Amino acid sequence: MRLLTHNMLSCNIKGVTNGFPLKLEADKWVTKEVDLNADFLRGIFPKIEWSALLAAARALGFAELPEQADASMLSSDDFLRRFHHALLELHVEEGALVCPETGRKFPINKGIPNMLLHEDEV
Amino acid sequence: MPRPELQAPPEIFYNDSEARKYTTSSRIIEIQARISERALELLNLPNDGVPKLLLDIGCGSGLSGETLSENGHHWIGYDISQSMLDIAVEREVEGDVLLGDMGQGLGLRPGVVDGAISISAVQWLCYADKSSHEPRMRLKAFFGSLYRCLARGARAVLQLYAENMNQSEMIMTYAMRAGFSGGVVVDWPHSSKARKEYLVLTCGPASLQTALPKGKGEDGEMCSDEDDSDDDENQTVGVYERNRPRKKLKVNKKGKSKGKQWVLKKKEQMRRKGNDVPPDSKYTARKRKAYF
Repeated sequence: MRLLTHNMLSCNIKGVTNGFPLKLEADKWVTKEVDLNADFLRGIFPKIEWSALLAAARALGFAELPEQADASMLSSDDFLRRFHHALLELHVEEGALVCPETGRKFPINKGIPNMLLHEDEV
Repeated sequence: MPRPELQAPPEIFYNDSEARKYTTSSRIIEIQARISERALELLNLPNDGVPKLLLDIGCGSGLSGETLSENGHHWIGYDISQSMLDIAVEREVEGDVLLGDMGQGLGLRPGVVDGAISISAVQWLCYADKSSHEPRMRLKAFFGSLYRCLARGARAVLQLYAENMNQSEMIMTYAMRAGFSGGVVVDWPHSSKARKEYLVLTCGPASLQTALPKGKGEDGEMCSDEDDSDDDENQTVGVYERNRPRKKLKVNKKGKSKGKQWVLKKKEQMRRKGNDVPPDSKYTARKRKAYF
């Protein structure tokens, strides 16, 4: 699971009012190189919750993202490269996503997060 | 053999062996690829060369997702079958896949997705597998969460195999209730084998942008032979026009219609011949109503 996906996921449990962002606990992760597409990055940037991306990247040991980010930084190649790396090249293989409100853990195995809710959570 | 939806819930039906069978059948691969291409076409994404973030609902082993990747897009896939997803990972699909139940809601932030496709999956929502499952609640949760996570003006194209009209209507009803506008595009409506239904939904009110394209095969095009081979055995779907065509005027070889003058002339000819002809009255050759 890449951080792009993590940035979009919100906890779906019944009654939870603020299920975003899910805390990322990573036991195993890998880096897979992928071509940088500046157009895509510029297009997706407005949709990204920066603080969530920052925290998730740090959980994977990548601390090179700036604390704050705004659209003007997208013209910088250096920023684009770091953004690209954090968003698309880090893959979480084993770990868990934790609901910020209930503490419920959604395990990640073989890169696949298990988001299935139990009967009483629907 | 009854349809898969009547045999077992999807996470059980698509077990390891079925998942492998599904993914290695060249016929299925070809069909899924074609349907995915068509769904992507119906998504009507802007042709600006910028990769989009799409959803693949019921992504299975990643056959449809591959079409999205081939077209340069990023995607997030959902499936309820661990076996199918394991194969997707094995095949190293480029999208991220999640183990999830679409009937529980998609759990995505509002307005983040540029489009969604679903190939042969949404009809599974109509079957209650557990006593706590209520298809209507699940359809509501699915369409509600889908609507929320799509960006304004984005589309969802859901190719599905509804068992009957009731199912199609139920699915459509819940889509509309969630706020979607749109309709159904049917490709090859007269071929029972090749026929495919695509629910094309737009996030937001109906407008010029949401106008649906024509389904394939409506112009009398023939679909490919292999798909049509079993056509004669099965019933085809009839399409009935609400307005019956008006009764055509009788036209002779010269292109003139046979009107009152012609009838009167003919009757006169017959009388001269000596035939027994009813007298002419105000009712002779009067225009009759279309439905007799």
